[in-house]
Amino acid sequence: MKKLSFKVNLILTIVFLIGIYFFLANSNIFGDYWSRIITLIAIYGIMAVSYTLVNGITGIFSLGQAGFIAIGAYTSALLTLSIQQKEMSFFIQPLIWPLNSIQMGFLPATIIGGVVSAFFAFLIGYPSLRLTGDYFAIATLAFAEIIRIVIQNAYGITNGTLGLKGISSYTTVWWAWGWLLVTVLVIGSLKFSSYGRALRAMSEDPVAARVMGINVFWHQMMAFIVSGFFAGVSGSLYAHWITTLDPRPTSLGVMLTFYVLIMIVIGGLGSISGAIIGAIFFAFVSQWLRIFESNVNFFGLAIPGVPGMSMLILSVIFIVVMIFWRKGLMGKSELSWQSIYALFKKGIGDENV
Amino acid sequence: MSVNLDMNVLIQNVFNALSLGGLYALIAVGYTMVYGILRLINFAHGDIFMMGTYFAFYAITLLFLPWWLGFLCAICLTGLLGYSIEKIAYRPLRNAPRISSLITAIGMSFFLESFAVVVFGGIPKSFNVYPKIFSQVIIMGKTRIPILTFITIIVTALLFLFLWWLLYKTKTGLAMRAISVDIPTTSLMGANVNKVISVTFIVGSAFAAVAGILWAMKYPQVQPYMGFTPGLKAFIAAVIGGIGSIQGAIVGGFLLGFLEIMIVGFLPSLAGYRDAFAYVTLVVILMFRPTGIFKIYSEQKV
Repeated sequence: MKKLSFKVNLILTIVFLIGIYFFLANSNIFGDYWSRIITLIAIYGIMAVSYTLVNGITGIFSLGQAGFIAIGAYTSALLTLSIQQKEMSFFIQPLIWPLNSIQMGFLPATIIGGVVSAFFAFLIGYPSLRLTGDYFAIATLAFAEIIRIVIQNAYGITNGTLGLKGISSYTTVWWAWGWLLVTVLVIGSLKFSSYGRALRAMSEDPVAARVMGINVFWHQMMAFIVSGFFAGVSGSLYAHWITTLDPRPTSLGVMLTFYVLIMIVIGGLGSISGAIIGAIFFAFVSQWLRIFESNVNFFGLAIPGVPGMSMLILSVIFIVVMIFWRKGLMGKSELSWQSIYALFKKGIGDENV
Repeated sequence: MSVNLDMNVLIQNVFNALSLGGLYALIAVGYTMVYGILRLINFAHGDIFMMGTYFAFYAITLLFLPWWLGFLCAICLTGLLGYSIEKIAYRPLRNAPRISSLITAIGMSFFLESFAVVVFGGIPKSFNVYPKIFSQVIIMGKTRIPILTFITIIVTALLFLFLWWLLYKTKTGLAMRAISVDIPTTSLMGANVNKVISVTFIVGSAFAAVAGILWAMKYPQVQPYMGFTPGLKAFIAAVIGGIGSIQGAIVGGFLLGFLEIMIVGFLPSLAGYRDAFAYVTLVVILMFRPTGIFKIYSEQKV
């Protein structure tokens, strides 16, 4: 059978998902709660796909994802907040000039959030990409922490530790999944273009790639900037989903980077569909594991909830995957319709794209 | 920006910097020893430090041990914890790509933090389990220095002496230094590589526990995420000194301690950015001298 191209696969997937959505939307399964979770899945998906572009496809190991997400989140939230709301929130120190008198729609704010994030990705990538391996990981982690500390202290711009409140919840299922589609389209075309082949060559062996005439630095930089843009977009969607922002390490700090890392490791480093599967897995499992954190009445036997249990179980899954199943669910390959077809036909998967 | 210049304040700051730098150095040694041998950034080291303080806290409050025995128990338990982490999580991945072990180390750190939240609770606990004499203040003229600062400096110095003895006067230390150069050759020379790596983890974790207990007495509370920032800063100290080099870790630790205390001491308006100094220093060092002050090894495999 002839291999279906990336775009054909993508179109089939969209048709399939829209079909499922209309099928389920009519049967009224989507309550408020579930449509929030489905929105969150797409937001996580964007975070994971943009992260896997750097950590999986390009093969450089960044730990700064949360920094870019935070920049996108704060930028877009500051742009969509109403002027009265801003005056009300910033009572320690008033908001600086251009930001205190503008308010714009969700789409331009999200795009600006992404662009600002991409710009910071350039600023951070330019010095850091000269480092390799562990040093790059640590430098990006340090930059992400610097971003968080600046957010925490720059009261005139970000409202510091008070955070931003009352952000309108613009992020709907359609916005989130629409942006996920754009992300997959852009990063997918990148992966299957000559750039993508260059990136994969670099991830296998940077020295050999350089010998073949690939400008390793600028290819990595491009991947880093594109990843930064979509991380910023996901941050914007996240801000308008959760409606409050604050710079604690557990909300927009290094924890978030760990969560996204869990998604892409479980899905398989370097696979776009794997990243989305990882995001779905993470969103569902972390919701589902909440039963351990609430009080359960088990046949009249009251079992008290244990806070933090869901993260404990997730971290165990994460370590077990790393030790015994390092490739994750998908490895570096993509899920495609003919691989599913082949799975049904033969009972064995053949997922080489 | 008000600049604060006063002799007494300066002396006080020097002592504070020595004790903070000593703590960073104690943690940094654990990072650098593991990196020197396995080329692995042991991300969980900061959380091992956190577990050490919890062990001490519970040994004293739950088992009613006298404080010195409680501390000793905690140090041994933490050593054991380091040993088990290496055995369970890092040993299976020793021949895997280095990024995989780094990711596993991050997972381990995440696991220890969640474990502490579940078992010990997420609410900070007050660490008032040590004799009150430690928190007394010595007044010399106008300078006020807590006894704890002296104890920290003395303990740090003694532990570094012990480390020097271990590395340069014992067979295990010789094997450690050999393994950091070349694992297969050392193993052919008859050294038990697994045992030496275990010893490294035990010593590093025990040092982290000591640092943790001293830290918890200095800032008297314990909470599950307390290890993250000191751990990261100590790692930065190790990188500044040249990761893999023990002298480097010690120098880097003190350098970072001085930098932090002195900048906040002289420019109090920057206090909010205190945690950022270490990261900025790291970035600057990595830009201009990625191998740190004491360059220990360079590896270029093609």
